[in-house]
Amino acid sequence: MEGDTGMKEVSLEIDGKKVTVQEDTTILEASKGVGIDIPHLCYDPRVPPIGTCRLCLVQIEGQAGLSISCNTPVAEGMRVCTENEEIAAIRKTILELILSQHRVACTSCDQEGACKLQDYAYRYQADEARFGLPERRPTERNYTTKSEAILYDPDKCILCGLCVKYCEEVPMAEALTFAGMLDEMRVSTAFGTDLPESPCVLCGGCIAVCPSGAMVDRAAIGKGREKDLIKTRTVCAYCGVGCQLDLNVNPRTNKIVRVTSEPEYIPNRGNLCVKGKFGMDFVGHPDRLTTPLIKRNGKFEQASWEEAIKLIADRLGQIKSKTGPDSIAGLSSAKCTNEDNYVFQKFVRAAVGTNNVDHCARLCHASTVAGLARAFGSGAMTNSIDEIRNAECIFVIGSNTSEAHPVIALHIKEAAARNGAKLIVADPRDIELVRFAKLHLQQQPGTDVALVNAMMSVIINENLLDKDFVKARTENFEAMAEAVKEMTPEKAEKITTVPAEKIREAARIYAKAKTASIIFSMGITQHTTGTDNVLSLANLAMLTGNVGKESAGVNPLRGQNNVQGACDLGALPNVYPGYQSVEDPQIQAKFKKAWKTNLSGKSGLTVVEMIHAIEAGSVKALYMMGENPALSDPNLNRTRKALEKVDFLVSQEVFLSESAQFADVVLPSLCFAEKDGTFTNTERRIQRVRKALSPPGEARDDWQILCDVSTAMGYAMRYENASEIMDEIASVTPIYGGISFDRIEPVGLQWPCLDKDHPGTKYLHKGEFKRGKGKFHAVRFREPAETPDKKFPFILSTGRQLYQFHTGTLTRKSRAIDQKSPTGYVELHHEDAEKYSIGEGDFVEVSTRRGKVITKASVGSRVAKGWLFMPFHFAEGPANMLTNDALDPIAKIPEFKVCAAAIKKAEPDLER
Amino acid sequence: MSNTVGTEACLDTKALDEILGSIPDVGGDDLVPILQQVQKAYGYLPKPILMTVSERTGIAAARIFGVATFYEQFHLEPHGRHTVRCCRGTACHVRGGPGIIEAIKQALGVEPGETTEDMRFTFETVACLGTCFLAPVIMVNNDYFGNLNARKIKSILERYT
Ligand code: SF4
Ligand code: SF4
Ligand code: SF4
Ligand code: FES
Ligand code: FES
Repeated sequence: MEGDTGMKEVSLEIDGKKVTVQEDTTILEASKGVGIDIPHLCYDPRVPPIGTCRLCLVQIEGQAGLSISCNTPVAEGMRVCTENEEIAAIRKTILELILSQHRVACTSCDQEGACKLQDYAYRYQADEARFGLPERRPTERNYTTKSEAILYDPDKCILCGLCVKYCEEVPMAEALTFAGMLDEMRVSTAFGTDLPESPCVLCGGCIAVCPSGAMVDRAAIGKGREKDLIKTRTVCAYCGVGCQLDLNVNPRTNKIVRVTSEPEYIPNRGNLCVKGKFGMDFVGHPDRLTTPLIKRNGKFEQASWEEAIKLIADRLGQIKSKTGPDSIAGLSSAKCTNEDNYVFQKFVRAAVGTNNVDHCARLCHASTVAGLARAFGSGAMTNSIDEIRNAECIFVIGSNTSEAHPVIALHIKEAAARNGAKLIVADPRDIELVRFAKLHLQQQPGTDVALVNAMMSVIINENLLDKDFVKARTENFEAMAEAVKEMTPEKAEKITTVPAEKIREAARIYAKAKTASIIFSMGITQHTTGTDNVLSLANLAMLTGNVGKESAGVNPLRGQNNVQGACDLGALPNVYPGYQSVEDPQIQAKFKKAWKTNLSGKSGLTVVEMIHAIEAGSVKALYMMGENPALSDPNLNRTRKALEKVDFLVSQEVFLSESAQFADVVLPSLCFAEKDGTFTNTERRIQRVRKALSPPGEARDDWQILCDVSTAMGYAMRYENASEIMDEIASVTPIYGGISFDRIEPVGLQWPCLDKDHPGTKYLHKGEFKRGKGKFHAVRFREPAETPDKKFPFILSTGRQLYQFHTGTLTRKSRAIDQKSPTGYVELHHEDAEKYSIGEGDFVEVSTRRGKVITKASVGSRVAKGWLFMPFHFAEGPANMLTNDALDPIAKIPEFKVCAAAIKKAEPDLER
Repeated sequence: MSNTVGTEACLDTKALDEILGSIPDVGGDDLVPILQQVQKAYGYLPKPILMTVSERTGIAAARIFGVATFYEQFHLEPHGRHTVRCCRGTACHVRGGPGIIEAIKQALGVEPGETTEDMRFTFETVACLGTCFLAPVIMVNNDYFGNLNARKIKSILERYT
């Protein structure tokens, strides 16, 4: 592969304008670059040219006839005319022919105003009846008739092919095709299967690319036409990819009508996944909390803000004076904005006076932060999402990217399927990415260190390491080399079940690539050996010199939309914003001065430790902002008991979640669509969140609520708006030093961004590691805390699935999603299913030492024999009733990924 | 969920095994020949067989379906021993085509696109049979019958058992 630099530049003239572009650019794209919009119906920058509509015809000087500009590359000295009388007349005729096949129904079409066909017909004054009006065909059932998400109207389809192409090229779902002959031709799934049963992943891309009103959002029908809607650009509130999207709101109804995105948006190029596209029903949901609630005699009663805030301030004040500030703890939220998180931790530290503040990142990436901080000095994704596309080798381990970070998976698939990247997937399950992989290493859950160490032993033995890099930029190599020496591929095969030869091959591919990028997620971190796993990946990258350069690196994919930001802004018990240690007296002094109060110099409690401290009686009050530990924490029974037991529980929430139901006071807060602020995505990009609609009832912004509680407790906090909070953040947080709302307005900036002139940082550790030298760690394989035995013969693993998010509080309110993914399930191998006489869809009871749940069986070969997989999003089959809360000794992350379990057939619970 | 082993095979896949076995390294270009052979072996293109083709070759089911419906030669429904094709082109239409279609429906007791229960006939209508000078026209297997009227239909069909 030639890089961008290997490409020649050419100069040409378009409509008299001089243009210089790369040689493989098409005339249409080159024109776009200089603001000339050549009419087109079947072109989209994300898919290869189709070239069927012919609307984009142009005249190239010296050439007979006209050329199709969307698939003709530029050439040196070319002179192009994009429109003259002849071309305009042809365009008019083409449009009239298309219109004769298209049921013109602009008066009742939702796409009115957002329809390219309509725009062009108007521009060229095309006569819709010149070639006769199309015959009205009787409305027949088609593949979308039953879909809650998409509606396809063959009578409006102009057969441009973009939807089929997009589905094939971008999500690579290949759900769609043209079916039938001639005038019968239409878009369909295979055999006309209903969309929810097809391979469609509900990305909504086919709607986005459709140039007419043929493919539309089902839920948007009749809710407002383009001109009635206001688009607000903001950031998706689900995962850490941080896709930019537009909420299309009808101001009359104050409802989100649909979600769109544009190809120019970073980092998603206008692509979305099902959650961003169809998962917004929760925003205006009738179950939203609208007034403060106070629990009296076990029942919630509506209360005024004054009353609720006074009660909280009084109770917290009493507890603080009686048992000390350390008997109060706060759970901040990776769903909330940076500004909310900053104010939250400031409230806990300055107003309450304790460092007992944490959030759910503990449950997913604490081991990443701990591991990478030790190895490199900074615990974030080293490289940018966009760089993945150009990596030569991509090593995905413990990340089911297609489901947990779908839009990043698009980049990985593009790299592997189109750009020749060698993809290695190490995952116990047969995940979607395996289809694109050169190698699939199916390691036993919990054996990652053995696998990675074996790869390193091969690299060292075969002398494939980057000696210069190791020498110049790292330390402690010998200790690491000593530790991995014993792990030969043969020994690793016994532990991991991955054939030794495959381990060797993986090691060679990874080590020989000029740029190799490691991508990992919860499959690596959620173990009692989580920190070890991360350290061994850092070792592997350093050993081959794959850090500190473009398209390489060690890239943890963060789960929640703003988990990166919540960590960055100090919603952690041991650091202030910007990872500045609470135990460092100098830093403490800085914050004392900035916040004008005394601060505790003692690290606080982590999430799971808080729960244990409540049990032990040392924590008496818990303040939760948008967290749902009653579903997300391991060993649910224990967590729920603790929430019941704690003397005083406050919950700031958008819904009365499972956890909020335990609270003494519930405060209604805003969801992302009603807020101004920022989120930081997984590639460290700080992006603007913008208010798109007005909040329900008396709900208020999280930071405002916190300021009022804090002020009532005697520590005054007041900000005019979120932008002012960001200015304060920048003043105390060096890595955010140059961030302000003005600067991030257009595209966001990636930290570290040290001052107002700093351009932000695309990839980390260039030239020097944050900690100086990169540090190798001697890591040896350890067994998971719980291994299968006679009574519990299976290994149970938990995780995510595409259609739901986290505890499901938000996604489960979407009809489109509910149709595709209505209920929880457990995956098991078909041979095991046979052994236990379990059939597809049967109700089964899954049990571990901690509890049991009833769920449905999904039988197949996605998991290997001997183990089970359950998504954790479903309250009616809560997987976390089962999981182990044994902790990683360093990062204190619980072992969600491995525990011993048993399965048996159950009688269906008829109520469900 | 996609964690299923596949559509339950209610059809014998032995013939398919042979077809796929005879093609080394199946790729997208082999699709039309594969479908032709499948149709030859099974008489039509059964959905479960096509799904299995998709699973085994990695060619998307949607793509297979697109190809199978694009060519007139392929049938997705079981096909009778004889195919009756009736023209619904303009020339035939003005010279009494609709009456012919009606007569065939009566004689066979099925709608266009369907097959008689005894698998004797499949009835199809087509855009034009290319012999407009004979209008109205029908074709049974490879035989043309032109200048028809509704009364002749029964006796024509009786020749095919
Ligand atoms: S929503 Fe996405 S996956 Fe589904 S059919 Fe459309 S483009 Fe394909
Ligand atoms: S549905 Fe839209 S995108 Fe798809 S072929 Fe028809 S007009 Fe084109
Ligand atoms: S990939 Fe993540 S950020 Fe993007 S739309 Fe999906 S959930 Fe939202
Ligand atoms: S846009 Fe070029 S042919 Fe359709
Ligand atoms: S119209 Fe009937 S054969 Fe041409």
